[in-house]
Amino acid sequence: MSAVTSAPDHHDLPSGPDDGRALDGSPRWRDRKRYAWLLGLIVPLLPFISWGLVELTGLGAFWFYGPVLIFGVFPLLDLLVGLDASNPPDSVIKWLEQDRYYRWCTYLFLPLQYAGLVFACWMWSHGGLSVFESIGLALTVAMVAGVAINTAHELGHKRASSERWLSRVALAQTGYGHFFIEHNRGHHVRVATPEDPASARMGESFYAFWPRTVSGSLRSAWELERVRLARMGRRPWTIRNDALSAWAMTVALYAVLALVFGPVVLPYLLIQAVVGFSLLEVVNYLEHYGLRRSRREDGRYERTAPEHSWNSNNVASNVLLYHLQRHSDHHANPLRRYQALRHYDEAPQLPTGYAGMILAAVFPPVWRRVMDHRVVEHYQGDLSLANISPRAEARVLARYGTAATAAAMPAAGGEGLAGSPR
Amino acid sequence: MSRWRCPACGYVYDEQHGHPHEGFPPGTPFSEVPDEWHCPDCGVRDKVDFEPAP
Repeated sequence: MSAVTSAPDHHDLPSGPDDGRALDGSPRWRDRKRYAWLLGLIVPLLPFISWGLVELTGLGAFWFYGPVLIFGVFPLLDLLVGLDASNPPDSVIKWLEQDRYYRWCTYLFLPLQYAGLVFACWMWSHGGLSVFESIGLALTVAMVAGVAINTAHELGHKRASSERWLSRVALAQTGYGHFFIEHNRGHHVRVATPEDPASARMGESFYAFWPRTVSGSLRSAWELERVRLARMGRRPWTIRNDALSAWAMTVALYAVLALVFGPVVLPYLLIQAVVGFSLLEVVNYLEHYGLRRSRREDGRYERTAPEHSWNSNNVASNVLLYHLQRHSDHHANPLRRYQALRHYDEAPQLPTGYAGMILAAVFPPVWRRVMDHRVVEHYQGDLSLANISPRAEARVLARYGTAATAAAMPAAGGEGLAGSPR
Repeated sequence: MSRWRCPACGYVYDEQHGHPHEGFPPGTPFSEVPDEWHCPDCGVRDKVDFEPAP
């Protein structure tokens, strides 16, 4: 039996030799993505790459290179490079997680991220850019900021306080420091339930999801901190409030940048922050769209299983986002490091990588056409099992529900549908 | 002083050390931790799922 047959129920570290090597010392298994993870560092270099392209061509439009790469090039790369569903063997996972090389691939993101931000501030204040070009650069910086939330996500799930601190630093650029509170202690607990602001509902467009997740996540983070501090007999308005201290980091960062480069940078900082965290929220949107955990007889939700997250094995998006698309394994084992996350055969699969899917999400009719029938098929027609937006329920059921809901097959959604990765 | 382990991620609540950041000072018995408390490391399991640890 595979050591991870019931991954959501057990954190099974594989037994046996943990150095990933055979008895003669030769590697038993090679990570084909090992050096590909370095490509993720191209993202924080985007402001510099944009500058290089502008200098090379004389075309100011290249300040928009960041969004072009994320929304144009990466969706195409996903289609061209294709899929990789291979998993590391159970016996090497422990060794793979302990290999510090992979950590450095994420740590290095941060100095590059902030070098890019400082460079952008210099360009906004002293670069002689037009407003149009400055906005282009702000959007390019926003792509870095958004992907930085993903880097922060990887770091924020770890036990080491140093990594959690780095996570907060990476979030400071977008003012999304409350994310590592709400995500770890809110979203992971309530994922794929109607109570989770960060799990999208079937029939809910990205534009309806955005205000719900942005405000809901903020309130959730505050409430989690309020309750935690109340247990210590403290009020929430203290620097010990992790949300407040994280936001203070953002205020300090923006204040220093405005002092050094002038208040001219502030509107662009605001643009990159809002577009940056919106990039994170559009990824949130697609990760659990329409999926719902059932209630057990005792009133608690069934445990999070592979069937409660949308997955994808597209290589380009996976390298860009540190295997975030292997999302089912992430929810089963949130502390597992990105290089060791696994594909599950029974997890619902997106038709393409996250890069292409975020593009679809921005156009709700395209999104509904691509995704709604996949939710229906996932629940084998029984939409009473899906997480449907109350506002869209009548429309969704009129379109997909009537016949199938009547059939009410007790198919997916039962407990014990634990995963068996290949 | 007893120890309780999260079956999902292996985090151990040790009554001797408590979890000061979560608001449980050293010496807080596990029975005084509220039932709706989740594993502070993984968030996958609740207090009621915790198992006695050696």
